[in-house]
Amino acid sequence: MMINLNINDQKVSVPKGTTVLEAARKQNINIPTLCNHADLCVAGNCRVCVVEQKGARTLIAACAMPVSEGMDIHTNTLKVRNARKHIVELLLSEHRSDCTKCYKNQKCELQALANEFAFGDTLFLDLVEDHNYTIDRSSPSFIKDDSKCIRCQRCVRTCSELQYISAIAVSNKGLHQKISSFHNRPMSHVVCTNCGQCVNRCPTGALVEKTYIDQVWDAIYDPEKHVVVQTAPAVRVALGEDLGYDPGERVTGKMVTALRQLGFDSILDTDFTADLTIMEEGTELLTRLKKVLVDGNKDIAIPMFTSCSPGWIKFIEHKYPQYLHNLSTCKSPQQMFGALAKTYYAQKRRLDPSKIVSVSIMPCTAKKYEADRPEMRASGYKDIDFVLTTRELAVMVKQAGLDFRNLEPSHYDSVMGDSTGAGVIFGATGGVMEAALRTAYEIVTGREVPFKNLNITPARGMDGVKEATIKIEGCTDDWKFLEGVELKVAIAHGLTNANKIMKLVKAGKAPYHFVEIMACPGGCIGGGGQPIPTSMEIRKNRMKAIYSEDEHMVLRKSHENPDVIAVYKEFLGKPNSHLSHELLHTHYVARENY
Amino acid sequence: MYQVGNLVKKLSDKHGRSRESIMPILQGIVEKHNYLTDEAMVEVAKELDISAAEVFGTASFYTFLDTQVRGKYVIRVCKTITCSMKGKSEIIQTLEDMLKIKVGETTSDRNFSLIETNCIGWCHKAPAILINEIPYTELTPEKVVDIIKGYLHK
Amino acid sequence: MENKGLNKVGLIFEKINQKEVLTKAFNMSSNEIIQDILDSGLKGRGGAGFPTGLKWKYTAAEKEPEKYIVCNADEGEPGTFKDREILDKVAYKVYGGMAIAGKAVGAKNGIVYLRGEYRFLLPQLMKELESFHNIIEEIGFDFKIRYCLGSGAYICGEESALFESIQGDRGEPRNKPPYPTTSGVFGKPTSINNVETLVSTMMIILHGPGSYSQLGTKDSRGSKVFSVSGDTPTPGIFELELGMSVQEFVNEFGDGDTKAVQVGGASGFCVPRKKFQNTIIGFEGVPTGGSMKLFNSSRSMYNVLHNYLDFFAEESCGQCTPCRVGCQQLLKGVEKVKKGEVKSNYLNELVKLADTMKIASKCGLGQSVGNAFRTIVENFREEIIY
Repeated sequence: MMINLNINDQKVSVPKGTTVLEAARKQNINIPTLCNHADLCVAGNCRVCVVEQKGARTLIAACAMPVSEGMDIHTNTLKVRNARKHIVELLLSEHRSDCTKCYKNQKCELQALANEFAFGDTLFLDLVEDHNYTIDRSSPSFIKDDSKCIRCQRCVRTCSELQYISAIAVSNKGLHQKISSFHNRPMSHVVCTNCGQCVNRCPTGALVEKTYIDQVWDAIYDPEKHVVVQTAPAVRVALGEDLGYDPGERVTGKMVTALRQLGFDSILDTDFTADLTIMEEGTELLTRLKKVLVDGNKDIAIPMFTSCSPGWIKFIEHKYPQYLHNLSTCKSPQQMFGALAKTYYAQKRRLDPSKIVSVSIMPCTAKKYEADRPEMRASGYKDIDFVLTTRELAVMVKQAGLDFRNLEPSHYDSVMGDSTGAGVIFGATGGVMEAALRTAYEIVTGREVPFKNLNITPARGMDGVKEATIKIEGCTDDWKFLEGVELKVAIAHGLTNANKIMKLVKAGKAPYHFVEIMACPGGCIGGGGQPIPTSMEIRKNRMKAIYSEDEHMVLRKSHENPDVIAVYKEFLGKPNSHLSHELLHTHYVARENY
Repeated sequence: MYQVGNLVKKLSDKHGRSRESIMPILQGIVEKHNYLTDEAMVEVAKELDISAAEVFGTASFYTFLDTQVRGKYVIRVCKTITCSMKGKSEIIQTLEDMLKIKVGETTSDRNFSLIETNCIGWCHKAPAILINEIPYTELTPEKVVDIIKGYLHK
Repeated sequence: MENKGLNKVGLIFEKINQKEVLTKAFNMSSNEIIQDILDSGLKGRGGAGFPTGLKWKYTAAEKEPEKYIVCNADEGEPGTFKDREILDKVAYKVYGGMAIAGKAVGAKNGIVYLRGEYRFLLPQLMKELESFHNIIEEIGFDFKIRYCLGSGAYICGEESALFESIQGDRGEPRNKPPYPTTSGVFGKPTSINNVETLVSTMMIILHGPGSYSQLGTKDSRGSKVFSVSGDTPTPGIFELELGMSVQEFVNEFGDGDTKAVQVGGASGFCVPRKKFQNTIIGFEGVPTGGSMKLFNSSRSMYNVLHNYLDFFAEESCGQCTPCRVGCQQLLKGVEKVKKGEVKSNYLNELVKLADTMKIASKCGLGQSVGNAFRTIVENFREEIIY
């Protein structure tokens, strides 16, 4: 049913259920918003989007008001402007405005609104001084600064709707209302997965990643140090957004050149260890399946879950610790890389591992936490020294004054710089599954996966939970036990979707052998360390770019990666070897659920 | 040691384990235990399968669902306009002198907590207080002394 | 302006034969009941004054089979205590009103949301509820009532916040629409009525809408229970016909030195002496949920305003900007004006802010903070500044 209304004297016709805000946007009428976010349910809290409805007693919040027949809306009357100015001034009065020093300076939505509606003399009294605000720096991934919080609750909605964690919730009321962890405990000591989705959606500097840019510059300029950097697959399809490109532009070659010009000693690719992960995890899966299907071993946990996403790992450690055995023991590609950088790479390059500083560029804030885990010192050193987000890399590029757009693209360095399309697609939900199937199917049957152009389409797309069944036929002699087996797999992204799978598992109703889970919506392309803003549209563009990157690769299967072949030949022996286990595998910790 | 887990289980059995059960459960804990310990809130979260931060968020919204240490007898002195006009300050003074605590504090024997609260609906008989759920009205310092003596001998 | 003068009435606390009235209602059709309530002109007694008959009509029109009658007994407005007295004295009539509402709208379940401050009443209320359930069972009414207890949050008196609280959440008001009659508690069509309103409906069924609507004025039919407090020799609860002037009220209840009456509690309006004569207590003048607070010349209106603002700053749910931050600004603002730390004309800015809160806040709380603020500042400006 269509509803007819007037907005600023223009006739609009929109389907029933549309909000006034959506209807206005359809007419290219801009109504400012703040608490509203495309990924989240409507809150109607900040009131920045108030507009005038003829005949109504009060102004109405455009984001929360459904259209009705004959509505007469005006978005820019004096009454509206005055109210908006007051509202923005009120928000500023409870916000510690150290704008010029703030990490979010010029990227702050409140600042942008202030520019538009509240420039000039401050209207109201400062309220920040009346509150005993704290800054929580306990997490290695992010900082929560309550004095900059304007209570839009985007973070709270993110944590509950998208991530099913609710590590933070709204607490108290009135002037004491705030966003709290459980009884205001430090964020490092609650169920928080460090996924950074809240950071991605915070309009102000109240939630920002903990930055290690200065430490990385120090390392780069330290002549004693050899600084290696790895870049995760999802970074190359998003970095451009912070440097003036549209979402979905691939900037791989320029990024590599930029890193070189920033002064990193060796520019390497996490895709290499993504491919390595496939070898290790694929072998682990096949071994588990053999134990279950051939040996009838009931102690082997099936389904096996992927373990690449540190947000997901922390989620299961807190919320489903009884299923830790279902997790693959493989470290994430970042940590495999870290462990090899200070062993294999050091040997090959004849470097003293104590002089190597290992930096990773990640779409992720949870990776900062992961790098800090005590398990991640397999090399005898901290395997990864510093993790920077995509955003932080963009900051470094700007700090260095690089003319990014005009950089000549270049290639990754060698030893751990080679990659395949399979490694690249790790960056999108379903990518690990697709990469694993490309390799595992070929190992087991000697033939390529039966999908056109290797594109395993059931694993792709933005559905929250995807399922697929692949019948294994024509096994080689070594793998006869899998003949005729219908391999059932599932893929989930966003922890709310992960939780759906876990509920099935808990109820004994999960028929799967192998499950890929990524903590963030869309997978790593939608990671908490990616450029802001984010939306389904933006994530889809990044995803498209990832698959296009895959299509452009010469090699598309992990087991064909020459660096991977080399590392087994020269160093590790074979997948799941003793040394592999020492360096590339890990264990997990049951944690409290609060 | 006091087993708060058992209490939460009992209350959850009684009131159910859906989200709407949280208020009677939290009220039941406060009734038995004077306030909500972290342990109790974690238990509630477990029983209802919701996050502990949400339990805290919900509890902290409601003035009577204290998440800070409270004594066996929680004295809530109404501070809203009529009580304030009719001698609230003397009532507080008397209570502070008698219990040797300030507003917001709990006696060291955990017997009494003294807090201020908003309108409790006894304006025509101001000043008024609640001790746990029992209202006392038309108070004078003398009456307050007698009332508290009664509780001291309980 | 129609002025009925001050007349004491005895409807709400009148002893009645509950079974008789309920039997009468049970034999009426849903439409007949709703028509009677519409004809009576009854408006909600909680303060907002929405026509009760319309509320029932809208709820009755909903197709959803599961509906609720909610009794709002979260009486938290400073200066209001009449619902406590009604529940204490005639709870059976509250239950009766709920059953009648249930019959009218087609609901089988009633919930009484009782403020935590009144928990001491619960044992006696439960006992009365038991005998009520027995009576309606005898009549053949299919209606069950249960209690939900609040825990100290003024905002839960706001209908959608109250639903949230029943559902086990923070009592934060919802965006409207949808309205309760479409999507109330548990997302089901709900008629939520104040304690006194429900009793009134029972009296209307008993005496007929004609005799009820003879009481009061065109815009304010019937009688109202007033909670009288402050500087008065006779504080207490009084049922009066609607349509008297503030002057007539002060003549009856004042101490001879009344300088202002706060009508409708902290969220209501301050009427100064010079406006007593021309201000009618009712929906055409100053509406009230029943709170009437008198102040004599010994009182500082700054203290009164400060007390109210302190109340609102604490009791705002905190979710929307105008109310959460606005209340703090008004409070801090008047403090600074009083101390001379900001210029006195800053009060003008604050009045403008109060006006913004009135039109931009999410719910009735934030929208009504400005009532007391504006009327006190306008009428007692000197007391705020000096």
